[in-house]
Amino acid sequence: MSAITFPTSSTWDRVKGYTPPTRFLPVIATLALFVGLFGAGGVRYDGLADPQVLLSLLIDNAFLIVLAVGMTFVILTGGIDLSVGSVVALSTMIAAKTLQMGWSPYLSIAAVLATGTLLGLLMGLLIHYFDIQPFIATLAGLFLARGLTYLISVESISISDETFTQLAFKTVYFGEYYLRWTAIVALITVAIAAYVLARTRFGRTVYAIGGSESSAMLMGLRVAFTKVGVYVISGFCASLAGLLFSLYILSGNSLHAVGMELDAIAAVVIGGTLLTGGRGYVVGSLLGVLVLGIIKTLISFDGTLSSYWIRIITGVLLLAFVVVQRFATRRQS
Amino acid sequence: MTQMDVQPSETGTAAPTARTPVIEMRDISITFGSVRALSEVSLRLYPGEVHALMGENGAGKSTLIKALTGVYTIDSGTVLVGGEEHSFSSPAASQAAGISTVYQEVNLVPNLTVAENMLLGREPRRFGAINVRAMNRRARETLTGLGLDIDPASVLGEHPIAIQQLVAIARAVDVEARVLILDEPTSSLDSDEVAKLFEVMRRLREQGVAIVFVSHFLDQIYEISDRMTILRNGRLVEERMVSETSQLELVKLMIGRELEALERLDREPPNTEAEVGTPVLQALGIGRKGSLEATDLELFEGEVIGIAGLLGSGRTELARLLFGADTVDTGELTFRSERRRLRSPRHAIDRKIAFSSEDRKAEGVVGDLTVADNMLLALQASRGWLRPIPQSTRTRLVDEYIQALDIRPADPSALMRNLSGGNQQKVLLARWLITEPEVLILDEPTRGIDIGAKAQIQAKVAELAAEGLSVVFISAELEEVLRLSDRLVVMRDRRKIDERPNYDVSVSDVLEIIAGEARSEQQPEQQEETRA
Repeated sequence: MSAITFPTSSTWDRVKGYTPPTRFLPVIATLALFVGLFGAGGVRYDGLADPQVLLSLLIDNAFLIVLAVGMTFVILTGGIDLSVGSVVALSTMIAAKTLQMGWSPYLSIAAVLATGTLLGLLMGLLIHYFDIQPFIATLAGLFLARGLTYLISVESISISDETFTQLAFKTVYFGEYYLRWTAIVALITVAIAAYVLARTRFGRTVYAIGGSESSAMLMGLRVAFTKVGVYVISGFCASLAGLLFSLYILSGNSLHAVGMELDAIAAVVIGGTLLTGGRGYVVGSLLGVLVLGIIKTLISFDGTLSSYWIRIITGVLLLAFVVVQRFATRRQS
Repeated sequence: MTQMDVQPSETGTAAPTARTPVIEMRDISITFGSVRALSEVSLRLYPGEVHALMGENGAGKSTLIKALTGVYTIDSGTVLVGGEEHSFSSPAASQAAGISTVYQEVNLVPNLTVAENMLLGREPRRFGAINVRAMNRRARETLTGLGLDIDPASVLGEHPIAIQQLVAIARAVDVEARVLILDEPTSSLDSDEVAKLFEVMRRLREQGVAIVFVSHFLDQIYEISDRMTILRNGRLVEERMVSETSQLELVKLMIGRELEALERLDREPPNTEAEVGTPVLQALGIGRKGSLEATDLELFEGEVIGIAGLLGSGRTELARLLFGADTVDTGELTFRSERRRLRSPRHAIDRKIAFSSEDRKAEGVVGDLTVADNMLLALQASRGWLRPIPQSTRTRLVDEYIQALDIRPADPSALMRNLSGGNQQKVLLARWLITEPEVLILDEPTRGIDIGAKAQIQAKVAELAAEGLSVVFISAELEEVLRLSDRLVVMRDRRKIDERPNYDVSVSDVLEIIAGEARSEQQPEQQEETRA
């Protein structure tokens, strides 16, 4: 802006002088938390400082990352989607059952994705056009999807289809380190979602609705399309996560993924997205999943702690993040 | 009076002459249910003018605006845009015709950047992706064009309301608006911010935009507007040049009663003995940013202070500060020489101050509870919920007040929402009287209720004051204020401009106080400006 020219500064000076915009702070805090946990674990436990541990985190949590991405869209509009855990279970079941019935694996995948997307569409329409609380509409979705899973089969069905097992173990190598194909799908999902949210009208409308739905309406934005759209996206992501989960676990079971929607919500919140909507980033949700993952890893590395500590620590973290967010937003307003 | 009586202002100064209006609304009528909100109202907007839409509450200003912006459908009448007939079925259709609206409350999203707020929905794109650089550049151009130096990449919520308001205008302007409607844009701005807004408005006027300006601040109207349309009770009163209308005339037109009729008031002599001893309630320079400038007020035992002023003059704000419903920024409130800041209505109730709000629907009536429950609400609250009122006391109190105030139906178990407005108001009055307050603040206790109930409420207030209750009485109806009060406080533009004992004060005197103050100071200068 001004005509004054500053003496050219070194890159380091510019890095030192850089203060990130406040809106990125929650994501940076989550990143710092993750790095801190990973670093502390690396010092304390042998073998944890291995890059492969990081890559394994991505592999083991691929489905949760995809789930959290869909959830981020919904929460950014100020909504919530409780159905996603059940949709994951339903997806594993549809995949297992259709494969058992001898469907082509590709047809089976298409059926899974179509079911999840359709469920999301139904809930979105209910929420927008009948003005039903997202909590209630998606709670109904939760029961419906879980019930449909039982309807297909009460028993667990294992997946033995060759294409599926091949996909499940498809691996990409980086020198001595490797990443499963499922993790790559998850990362691509994150990248696409980040682009959509940051650079498309749809994405910006998602943020605008979260900021103020009535304003968005008065500004002439496509509120109906966008509001229904986020539930469609969440439904699609849930069924994609279901596919990744069935590749991870190679079975369809009506008891899969009970309460997984809560893990997804926790990851999104820990990733710095405001539950009231309008603020947050998909990358934050990715980091949120990684934080939850590293806690699990640390506890399993320790060996003396019982697995329920994972839940306790997750709870404490969630609480801490919500409180910090509350303070951060109060200061701004 | 209809449009027929009003001659087009061909003598117009700043207003354009002999041009087609960009918008002309002819004989617009709108009915809600059985209520006629607008009847045969006309409005003409010329390019390059600031047109003030004037009227008291309920005059039909916002209904007319909503008819123009396509929010309400018109029952009869025509809308001409550039001489051609149009009908707006939706806000989008109205916007497409070049009509943009900026509402009192900023309708933007605080979590996105300034540039996004200006261009959301029509962002420049490249290969389908939003081009952030181009978007910021375009936003900066528009802002600079309006003489504003705001960083387009900054988050909107970080700016004060005034800037957000200007951004809202910038958004409206970016769509190539031919008509810009500003519905009370200044109500939350301070004077510097208003000056900034006016600068932007003048710039837009020069560019040929027709601006509809709604404000309750007369000074602002006179500073910026060229012409005005005055409405009253859903009817057109007159269309006038601002420079040819004195403030006194304007106030008369807005309030609109024959002054002679108003002056025929039988009134008891004011209670001047009240002003002895220490005041019950004393306010020293209480004020709150954006709602009231520092104000002094003393209320003595058994005294009725009447507060007169137009809507937006600060009369309600003063009442809320006295009660602690809003906290004061400056000054001190002393109750019976106890110096304390009222932090909440609860503090005030503990000190036996009662407040009946102007907005009885939102802040008073609990429609789904019975009359008896509604009456006992404040008493129960002050006793604490753990000490229920004995049934016998309940029945006695409720029956007593139903009789005293002649509440109909005289049934304690009737649901509150089934009562008429007047009777609801009486129940609210009873609610506070039951707590045996020493100070009673009544904000518009008689608005929208029938004459009979009005008289009963007035009589009760007078009776209680005679028994020693101190009352602050606020009403838009000057005659009512004059009839009841011992002392008169006149407010305007969020401050007290006059205080006098209620001796021989007539309605026209009050109107002159309200209108006169600024007229003497500013009128000549204003006229020059409009002619310039």
